[in-house]
Parts: sequence; structure tokens; C-alpha cells
Amino acid sequence: MNKSHLELSQVGMDFPTPNGNFCALENVNLKINEGEFISLIGHSGCGKSTVLNVVAGLLKATKGGVILENKEVDEPGPERAVVFQNHSLLPWLTVYQNVELAVKQTQKKTTKAQRQQWVMHNLELVHMTHAKDKLPSEISGGMKQRVGIARALAMQPKVLLMDEPFGALDALTRAHLQDSVMEIHATLKNTVIMITHDVDEAVLLSDRIVMMTNGPNATIGEILDVNLARPRARIALADDQAYNHCRHAVLQFLYEKQRKVETVNQVNNKKSSIDQQAAELPVKASTDAA
Amino acid sequence: MFKQAVLPQVTWLKLPEKVKQAGWLNVLGKISLPLIGLCIFLMIWGGVAQNIDTSLGKFPGPTDVWQQAGNLISEHNAERERASAFYERQEKRNQARLEADPSYQPKIRPYTGSPTFFDQIWTSLYTVFVGFVVASVVAIPLGILCGLSQPVYTAVNPLIQLFKPVSPLAWLPLVTMIVSAVYVSENPIFAKSFLTSAFTVALCCLWPTLINTAVGVSSIPSDLVNVSRVLRLNALTHVIKIVLPSSFPMIFTGLRLSLGIGWMVLIAAEMLAQNPGLGKFVWDEFQNGSSESLARIMVAVLVIGMIGFALDRLMLLLQRKISWDKSVVLR
Ligand SMILES: Nc1ncnc2c1ncn2[C@@H]1O[C@H](COP(=O)(O)OP(=O)(O)OP(=O)(O)O)[C@@H](O)[C@H]1O
Ligand SMILES: [Mg+2]
Repeated sequence: MNKSHLELSQVGMDFPTPNGNFCALENVNLKINEGEFISLIGHSGCGKSTVLNVVAGLLKATKGGVILENKEVDEPGPERAVVFQNHSLLPWLTVYQNVELAVKQTQKKTTKAQRQQWVMHNLELVHMTHAKDKLPSEISGGMKQRVGIARALAMQPKVLLMDEPFGALDALTRAHLQDSVMEIHATLKNTVIMITHDVDEAVLLSDRIVMMTNGPNATIGEILDVNLARPRARIALADDQAYNHCRHAVLQFLYEKQRKVETVNQVNNKKSSIDQQAAELPVKASTDAA
Repeated sequence: MFKQAVLPQVTWLKLPEKVKQAGWLNVLGKISLPLIGLCIFLMIWGGVAQNIDTSLGKFPGPTDVWQQAGNLISEHNAERERASAFYERQEKRNQARLEADPSYQPKIRPYTGSPTFFDQIWTSLYTVFVGFVVASVVAIPLGILCGLSQPVYTAVNPLIQLFKPVSPLAWLPLVTMIVSAVYVSENPIFAKSFLTSAFTVALCCLWPTLINTAVGVSSIPSDLVNVSRVLRLNALTHVIKIVLPSSFPMIFTGLRLSLGIGWMVLIAAEMLAQNPGLGKFVWDEFQNGSSESLARIMVAVLVIGMIGFALDRLMLLLQRKISWDKSVVLR
């Protein structure tokens, strides 16, 4: 495992805008080992989704590149499955059919019975077999997100990419899903990159937390190793010293080192000033809730 | 996670009771209000009609129109009887000849009476259907192409904008000339007048479907497109699994608009070109200029309206039947 599984090297991203290029990312370097669970955390608008989309191949980096198992990533593909923030299940397909579409696409040589079994196996992983014949509009938000995860897992991805997978869920549902994700990660040992706004979530789930500086020209600020034994239990961890230390470190990064400064010096781009105000809210809310 | 499963069910249980309470008033209103509207309309019509004098006599009121509707039906029946009598006579004559001369080849000449009101309805319906289908077969794939590819859209858009507002009557002479020039065959399957009408309808049906399809396809949520990209769906699967279902409501809205326009256009085209159909019926009655003409035209007007309404309802039923989204309110 000395050779890294997934490597981002010198990734930079410029977006063309009406008033010149907007440099969202610069010099993002990261090496990720196989089976590692990485969280990306940072203020809203700093470029987390951009990093994830570059790894997914949905966006093409303007500088640098991403290497997965010695091959450069240049287009999206099922070996880098994405769990989208708002589930993005196909609303005209049932839960089962949504997962089936992914399975059909990734396992073309298997028999029908094998595929059927694989769909059910993945639905079982996220505890959703009971609703397999329902349409996405007939199940709750948390359930939809579970199905989204099942669909991604069914592609047997080398890397699982999750963009704020639980962002739109209430605190209780979120906790359930976090437990599910931990359970799945323990069995499948996938490499995972997850974006989150929630400090507790990041510490609970991750092996490493990647903290990003504010944009524009965002890059990786600090990387925190979370050396907590697995399996992790959220209640027991509440009083754990190491856990609280990690939590403290992330909070310190977000609210002291990378505080969103509300002076004019950053407002060369109107969009980022709007993002600033929005940024404070979700982070505070989620630390309170947990 | 089990809590989640229970919660939505509880709210579902409560819903039907609310619906039941509101239901009675709703049903009553749905039946009685349109009836009241209809009665008021008939009263105003009857009142106003009496006071309008035309060169063909008084403008027909509801009772005159009702009477003429009855006449049209009995005329149709009479014509049918004449036709079957005509065929019977031929049959008998052929039989008689065969008995006299066994080598005789029996011939049956078709009946050539003038088409009745109902024959004209049938002709119009058939024509609009053909025109509509031809237009849809062209417009939906082209619309999908425009929606998927920005360059294609940019190239096609000026043409759409240019031809969309053109009235069918402007197309008619051109279509007529083209059909007569291009469609030359010894024993034609279709009448030229039918082709002219159908193509004119198709030319006008094209645009709403084309535009709605293009807009529907280009406004597929980007997340769904990303799902397709991550799964590496090929172009055909992408269109079938993602594009078509997602833009289905928009496509259908376009189809409904198209059919409505097609029906309106057809009547006008038939009137102008003297092609068989309801439009010709109206024109012939107008030229005829008897004291009953206006009432008969009024019958045609009402029938045209009812058929247009029925076609729209039919499309709605069809949409409801094949749409995946049963919850959506269709108007
Ligand atoms: N297509 C685009 N064109 C122009 N600018 C863009 C585009 N996509 C993203 N940006 C800009 O890049 C920056 C990073 O965006 P990104 O979506 O990656 O942020 P984020 O960290 O995911 O934010 P959030 O936490 O709110 O999701 C933002 O300032 C955004 O305005
Ligand atoms: Mg984002």
C-alpha cells in the first residue's frame, strides 16, 4: 500500500465567467490509500464539489490531473460512483429498477438471475428491500438517499464519491445513515471521499479529514488524521478525548484560521460575497444539532 | 430507519377523510356549474338570435340548430339506404346476367352519391390524424436532437422562428402545387386533395411539438444527466432511459397543442381548397344559401368544437395512461 491508490496532483480549476476567469482551485495535491475514508470539509463555495467532480470526471481540471490505479481520469465512469446531494434517482423508475439500471450497465456479462441477486444484495446493504417496488416519490428523503447509495455501491466502484450525501436530512435520519455508511464501509472496505459540512460527521466517519481553505484559489489547508479505533460508537465517543481533540482541531481550522472575513478585501467576485453569508449558517446549525 | 417507514403511512391514513368531506360539494359543483353555464349560454343565444336578421332569414336559434342536426342525421341515413339499394340492384343485375351467360365477368360500380355530413366528419378526422402523425414523427426526433445538441439547436432555431408564425393558408397554394407536381401515379392510393390537406396540417402541427420537445429535452436536470454520464450510458440508452421519460410531459403538451392547431388549420384549409371534409361542408352550405344553411353551418360549428374537445381529452387520457407520474395534475 505504499503506492497510492488515488492521487490528485497539482489540480487547478478555472471557470470562465463574463468578467474573466474565476480560479476556483489551485494546487490541490492529495494521495489516498485503498480503503481509506476521506472527508472534505470547508466553507460553502470553497470548491469541495469541484474537487469531487474532477475526481468523478464530470469536470475536467484545467491544470494537473487525477490518477486512479495508475490511469489518468478523463471521463466519468462507474468505477468512480457518485452519490449526489439530492439523491437524483430517476423518478420514473422504481427503487429496484434504479439500482438495476446501474447493475445492467456495469455487469453486462452476468445472467439475469445473478443481476437480480446483486440488486437485492445492495438494497439489503442499505436496508431498503421492503420498498423495492416503490417509486422515489413514494419514499422519504432518507430512504431515497439510501437507494442512491445502493445504486452507487451496485456499480462496485473503486472509489465512492459522496457530495454532502446527508445534507438535506434531519439530524436523526442523518445519524441512522451515518451508522449505515460505517457498517457498509466496514464490510466492503471501499475507498470513499465524502463532502460534508458537519464536523461531527467528518470526525465520526473518516480516517482523514481534508480541510480546504476559502476560495477563490482554494486549496488544501490542513489534513487531520483521525486515529480512532473502529467500530466507532457515537455515544461512547462523545466523552472520548481523542475524538474531542479532532473535533476541536477542525472547528479551530474552520472558525479561526479560515474564518470568513467579512471585509471588502475578498469581494473581487460578487458571488463569493453572497456565499459568505450563506456559509455561516449550515455549519453552525449542524454543530448545534449533533 | 423503521421509524421513517412508519411516519409517512400515518399521514397517508389521514388524507382520505379530508378528501371525503370535500368530495360531496366538489362533485355537485363539477356537475351543476357547467350545466348552469350551458343554460345561460343557450338562453343568451336564443335571445340574441331572434334579433339578428340576415339575407338568409333570421339567425338560427338553438331549436333550429337542433332540428337541422336531426335533418342531417336522417339525410345521412337516407343516403346510406340509397347506396345499399344501388348495390343490391347491381347484384341482382349481375346475377341475372350470369345465369344467361356463365362466362360473364361481374362488375360492381361504386356508388357516387354526394358525401353526407358524417362522411365529411370522417374524412376530416382521418386527414387530421394522418397530418398529425406525420408531423409528430418528424418533430419529436428533431426536437430531441435540438434539445441534446446546442449547435443543432442554434442552427435550426432561426428556421423554427421563421416558419412557426406562418398561417396555413399561406402554405396551401404551395403545398397544392407541389403535391400535383410530385405525386403523379397511375392509380393513386390517396386523393391529391387528401394529401394537400394532410400536409398543410402537418406543416402547422410541426412547431409546437418541435419546440416543446426541444425545451423539455434541454431542461433535463443536470444531476440526471450526470447519472447517465457516470453510468456511461450510450446515446440510445441515454435517450430511451433518461431523455424521453424526463421530457415526456413537455413532449405531450406539445403534441396536444399540435393536435389542437391541426384541427383548426384543417377546417380552414378544406374551406379554402374545396377539399373534402367539414370545411367543405361549411363552404358548400354557405354557397347554397338556403334558409336552412345557417342552422346547418351552426351544427357544423358545434360539431367541430366538440370534436376538437374530444381530441384534446383523448390526448389527455393517453398521457395519463402512459405517464409515469400519476400524481401530476393534467389540464
Ligand atoms: N460552472 C461554474 N462556473 C463558474 N463558477 C463556478 C462553476 N461551478 C462552481 N463555480 C464556482 O466555484 C466555486 C466553488 O464551487 P463549489 O460548488 O465547488 O463549492 P462547494 O465547496 O461545493 O460549495 P457548497 O458547500 O456550497 O456546495 C464557487 O465560488 C462557485 O461560484
Ligand atoms: Mg457543493
